[in-house]
Amino acid sequence: MEYFIELLFSGLTRGSIYALIALGYTMVYGIIGLINFAHGEIYMIGAFTAFIVATVLSIYGFPLLAIVIIAGVSAVVWASSYGYTIEKIAYKPLRHAPRLSPLISAIGMSIFLQNYVLLAQTSDFLPFPTLIPDLDFIEPIAHIVGTTDLVILITTIVVMVLLTLVIKFTKIGKAMRATAQDRTMATLVGINVNNVISATFIVGSSLAAIGGLLIASHIGQINFYIGFIAGIKAFTAAVLGGIGSIPGAVLGSLVLGLTESFATGYVSSDYEDVFAFTLLVLILIFKPSGLLGKATNQKV
Amino acid sequence: MKFNLSGKLLASSACVLLALSAPVLGVAGDTIKFGVAGPHSGDLASYGLPSINAAKIVIDKVNANGGINGKMVEMLVEDDVCKPEISTNTATKLVSDGVEVVLGHICSGATIAAMPIYKDSGVLVMSPSATSDALTLSGDYPNFFRTIAPNAAQSPAMVDFAINKLGLTKIAVIHDKGDYGKPLAEGAKAYIEKTGKGEVVLFEGITPGAMDYSAIVQKIKKSGADVVVFGGYHPEASKIVTIMKKKRLKTKFVSDDGVKDDTFIKVAGKAAEGVYAAGPQDNSSNPLALEAQEAHKAAFGSDPGAFYEGAYAATIVMLNAIEKAGSTKLADLKKVLQTEKVATPVGSINFDENGDAIGIGFSMYVVADGAYVVVK
Repeated sequence: MEYFIELLFSGLTRGSIYALIALGYTMVYGIIGLINFAHGEIYMIGAFTAFIVATVLSIYGFPLLAIVIIAGVSAVVWASSYGYTIEKIAYKPLRHAPRLSPLISAIGMSIFLQNYVLLAQTSDFLPFPTLIPDLDFIEPIAHIVGTTDLVILITTIVVMVLLTLVIKFTKIGKAMRATAQDRTMATLVGINVNNVISATFIVGSSLAAIGGLLIASHIGQINFYIGFIAGIKAFTAAVLGGIGSIPGAVLGSLVLGLTESFATGYVSSDYEDVFAFTLLVLILIFKPSGLLGKATNQKV
Repeated sequence: MKFNLSGKLLASSACVLLALSAPVLGVAGDTIKFGVAGPHSGDLASYGLPSINAAKIVIDKVNANGGINGKMVEMLVEDDVCKPEISTNTATKLVSDGVEVVLGHICSGATIAAMPIYKDSGVLVMSPSATSDALTLSGDYPNFFRTIAPNAAQSPAMVDFAINKLGLTKIAVIHDKGDYGKPLAEGAKAYIEKTGKGEVVLFEGITPGAMDYSAIVQKIKKSGADVVVFGGYHPEASKIVTIMKKKRLKTKFVSDDGVKDDTFIKVAGKAAEGVYAAGPQDNSSNPLALEAQEAHKAAFGSDPGAFYEGAYAATIVMLNAIEKAGSTKLADLKKVLQTEKVATPVGSINFDENGDAIGIGFSMYVVADGAYVVVK
């Protein structure tokens, strides 16, 4: 029974890691119908920024809480500016182009950012400082779920609740929903669509940056390539849960994480990806818009 | 489309063709082209960069003494990022640039992919680090040699150490599904079953580059293993030992020479303490090894990295073979390599008919106080 609990928490941790990144994918798709393949790289840039800031501050002897907050804020600001700029450079000019063009542009941006960080920083794996210390009261169950696992899990839930509240009950949330439904009509009604789209990218990038800091603390190392793997998994999770739906992104990520964890634990680690992607295919066959996605019909 | 084959078009296309073919004409025979192939960028670059330094030091020394039979040695460096799909391009480029011998590649998978190209062109290849058994023991690659012992020697060394030296019999064998880690793990499993002194409680492959390995670590715990024998590279190993420490596992970790790298210690930090890794034999008592280390410090200002001594030895041996044979033909070079013992930083070596070096083996190392030390 304990083994089941261990695998359960392992899967939940993995799922929350994917969720923090999948939320960015799903938000951008919901607004402009684009899979932002460069989102994984925003996560990676957030992690690198947090790494640099945290390393510098720890040399100067700042207390741990101050380091975490300053590193977190810097990562969010840095990643958001990247997200905003990428949108303006790579996606805005292609807003009226056929669907494939911004997609290729996104892939190109992803490759560009990976190599930019590779050249500007290093190709080595860098040790990420443990910004989340092991809390003593967790110690008795540390072998099942550690402090970082809990922090990531709680952050994901809090973020999901906050986002849903913002989308449902605030003015900017209403504007986002309107833009997602019908962009032309939203412009006609007086919504500044450009600002709404930029705001979406900024929010998505901030989440990715926070994810970068937390996940890098958990795994303990970063590298210019981590965005690629994270991006693929998070994208899969977002599609599984219904791309465009925020609860869907979180649900899809948790389902994916749990499937991989149980597949490893009860069958074999060799086949963990097989199980995960077979699940994706099956769900898409029976529910093409994903678990919580809404089937959108094109009305003439 | 109307194609006007005017004189101007014909003349310009002829010029372009001539210009493109010029590099192939080359200056054959003026220099000895020495290729160095391996990962020089990417996450495994720390394995490949020291070999460039080794070759450079040896070649500079040889050229300063007048070259080989009057010809200067020219170094051609190509990056394969340890990926099999890139290494074929790397090999093609080196061959079309006219290399006569190649130091490389570094990773077994990349080397295996590139070998057919070198074989077809009759180029001698010597690796300081590719340990896959198939490279020498399958007989498919008569032009391949190496200055490191094959996996067939490494997995027994790792298993014997775990069972006899550490006294641990419940073994979880984990690999990274790649061309280097999987055969090594399979060899370890077969060896454990053959000796009958240990029990393989788990045999699994993990996906390299994944974000979270806690599930496999929980599975290792459930299997009741006292020791993990790992076949794979340091990025995965550092993630696994970090999670093992997080989940408060006391299981020991014995890994291969892919993990015996300072980057592993730097990244895994405190979780790396007490990790065992196999590595090229300890050569600290060999005066040539000390001389090679001093040369690196003098030229580059730092200690040499992974496989430096093997690459240094391979360069010395290959240049010596070219000098003694008086040619770069594969058959002539092979004869010298198999018959003549050459003093190198890894010992006085010659090669057997498969291409393995005679007189070298593996030692076990442990991470103590943030550095690898040899286990006596």
